[in-house]
Amino acid sequence: MSNVVLLALTGLGLGALYFLIASGLSLIFGLADVLNFAHGLFLAVGAYGTWWSSAHLGFGFVPAVVFGVVAGTATAVLVEMLLIRPLYRRTIEQVLVTVGLSLAGVALLQAAFGADPLTFPRPEWATGTTRIFGAIVPNDRFLLIGAAVVVLAAIQVFLRRTRFGLIVRAGVEDRTMVTALGINVRTAFTLVFAIGGAAAALAGALAGVYFGNVSPGQGTSLLIFAFIVVVIGGMGSVTGSAVAAVLVGLVQQFTSFYAAAGVGEASVVLLLAVVLLARPGGLAGRAT
Amino acid sequence: MTPLLEIADLHVRIGSSHILQGVGFAVPPTGVTAVLGRNGAGKTTTLKAVLGIVPKTGTVRLDGEDIAGLPTHAIVRRGLGYAPEDRGVFAGLTVTENLRLAERGRGPHRYDLVYEMFPELRQRGAQRAGTLSGGQQQMVAIGRTLLNDNRMLLVDEPTKGLAPKIVTEVADVLERAAREVPILLVEQNLALVRRIADHVVVIEQGAVVHTGEAAGLLSDPDLTRELLGVA
Repeated sequence: MSNVVLLALTGLGLGALYFLIASGLSLIFGLADVLNFAHGLFLAVGAYGTWWSSAHLGFGFVPAVVFGVVAGTATAVLVEMLLIRPLYRRTIEQVLVTVGLSLAGVALLQAAFGADPLTFPRPEWATGTTRIFGAIVPNDRFLLIGAAVVVLAAIQVFLRRTRFGLIVRAGVEDRTMVTALGINVRTAFTLVFAIGGAAAALAGALAGVYFGNVSPGQGTSLLIFAFIVVVIGGMGSVTGSAVAAVLVGLVQQFTSFYAAAGVGEASVVLLLAVVLLARPGGLAGRAT
Repeated sequence: MTPLLEIADLHVRIGSSHILQGVGFAVPPTGVTAVLGRNGAGKTTTLKAVLGIVPKTGTVRLDGEDIAGLPTHAIVRRGLGYAPEDRGVFAGLTVTENLRLAERGRGPHRYDLVYEMFPELRQRGAQRAGTLSGGQQQMVAIGRTLLNDNRMLLVDEPTKGLAPKIVTEVADVLERAAREVPILLVEQNLALVRRIADHVVVIEQGAVVHTGEAAGLLSDPDLTRELLGVA
């Protein structure tokens, strides 16, 4: 029983990380039709921004995370305005630029901070544990899950209660028709990059807490699972991404524990294949 | 009468197809101007080119202002309301959200007019637009164009696929709307065109082959057959 509880909460924590990355990816792809391979860079900037402001400016954990999130958001907005905006509707060039940027980003971070993992500042309460149904659960799992729930709720409020959210939801369905109603959809593109960048940067800071360190390639490795989550959940659906992230996190943890360490990753790919065969549009997409 | 919309030498190329080959005509500031022609002649592409939805070359002037180089949203904000051929409703949004999305500027937005013309839209406000019938979706599409104080409506095949009773309702609405704002209408239904159109433009293979009074064309069976293939 205690193993099941620990695995479930760890899986949910990992799923929370995947969701934070995938939510932005999904919105960006759904609205702007951009497969953003540079999304891991936003995560890495958030993680290193948090680490740097803690180590060099003496910030406490929460101000350091805020600093990291602001840095990640600013990076996302700059990338959209300077590199993506001139390439809308040019899919191949977008892929080349975002893949190149992700590789250059890792190299830049290595040059600036070194290739070795850096010990991440963790608040004292996050290093403790809580006993639940006999399982000793690290507190950082609750932090990850709580953050993802808050971000999911905030995104839903944004999408359902604001005019920009309405534009984003409509744009995911039919971008051309949104412009034909007199709406400058490019502003919404920048906004979804900002939201995606903020969520990814928060994921970067929380990944630092979860793994205990930060390294230049962390964003890239997490991005692969986030892409799987987006595809399983259905492109453009934040709720679909949330459900898929939970599924992927749980499957990964349980199969890693009850089968073998490498099986966790393989089982996620198997899950992706099964979902795509049953519902090609993903869980929240159209079953075409 | 000074035209409200003037189109000259409009060309659209998509891939290797030269779809519009120098289309030019003028739309007067009152009444309904119907764009007619056989399937594939370039009628829908003409509306899309005016709105900048497809890449084009040529001149498009709205009330004397050259709008050809503007992006779609900027053209629409100058007072063009658009109801596309496929209705363009957002299936995942409610009827009310579809209307709210179409609000431009600070208003006033003419919900009273929209709900007076289409009372069903008020009753179905919370319903997802994707679950509406074709006729109800057309009400949403036309309702969105009436919400703002537009200078012209561009309406593409509003009766396509609709039941006869709904066609009559749509015709009533367009007839009434045309008393307030000029309409550029693409339509295959000649009975509807006969009823509401004042002027016609006939397009054939990407070029204008006839312009004039609607009554002049549609009362001449030989000319109608020659230009449109039907009498």
